Amino acid sequence: MFDIYDFYEKMDDGKIMLSFKGEITSDLLTSILNILESKLDNTGDEPKLRKKVYNILVECLQNLYHHNDGLSEENGDHTALFLIGRSTDGNYRIITGNYILNENVEAVKGRIDRINSLSKDELKAFYMDTLNNEEYSGKGGGGLGMIDIARKSGQKIIYDFRELDGKFAFFSLIITITP
Amino acid sequence: MQDVNIEMTAKTPEVKLDQNSGKLELKGRSIPENSIEFYNPVFQWIDEYSLQPKSDTALHIQLEYFNTSSSKCVLDILKKLQSLNLSGRSKVKVLWYYEEDDEDMLEAGEDYQAIIKVPFEMIKISA
Repeated sequence: MFDIYDFYEKMDDGKIMLSFKGEITSDLLTSILNILESKLDNTGDEPKLRKKVYNILVECLQNLYHHNDGLSEENGDHTALFLIGRSTDGNYRIITGNYILNENVEAVKGRIDRINSLSKDELKAFYMDTLNNEEYSGKGGGGLGMIDIARKSGQKIIYDFRELDGKFAFFSLIITITP
Repeated sequence: MQDVNIEMTAKTPEVKLDQNSGKLELKGRSIPENSIEFYNPVFQWIDEYSLQPKSDTALHIQLEYFNTSSSKCVLDILKKLQSLNLSGRSKVKVLWYYEEDDEDMLEAGEDYQAIIKVPFEMIKISA
């Protein structure tokens, strides 16, 4: 069960840098990135790590901005969840959650499984192949975001799809970034 | 033709496209949600410039951050300049700047270098 005091303690501990649930708009995205950039500056972490975290944050937040099946006139107001935490040993964890139409689950799952199965060099080749050969998705990124997240974090992407009803599943993503 | 001068914002880079010197510059951050919209004037300018280019063209790319949506646009800019270089009407080079501890940015430049047949110069700057 979710314990709000535990959550409060974690926030106080500096373990949760920022959490947000709501509609991700372009302006909000700018604000969140500004806040997190100054928080990252205050961690005392190496610039190299801070840049990596910032880069991955941009991709994660823009994923939420571009892909949220649960937020439309037709599909209701199921907003997205975003959370970033930094443990005392300096590991970062970014968690995102959003509604996804059941019919889209297999494609997203298949893509992440493929990315997770690749070695560092294979990921690089897949990135370049996608960059060079695939069409723009209309949302701009052409499917590069998840590959970039995997490349920059150097870790497997942890995910979960929880089926909610006949229409939606809840898609959660956990990205870990280690110093 | 008109030069392009776009000031930098929190999410988009400074863009300077100068027809007289053949110097093209992108500097800052490129993390807009809709990069195609932002880069369209750049694409159009390069198309027009390519009709009457200088004998030498230099593209300076000094980005602190760029998102994957921008990475496609950067590739499109490079592809246009590759065509210009291949046409023999202008000698094109790319100057790719990266901060000394930023291996990801260096690697991004090397990724483009592997795809685009134009001379690249990797320039390390102190952070």
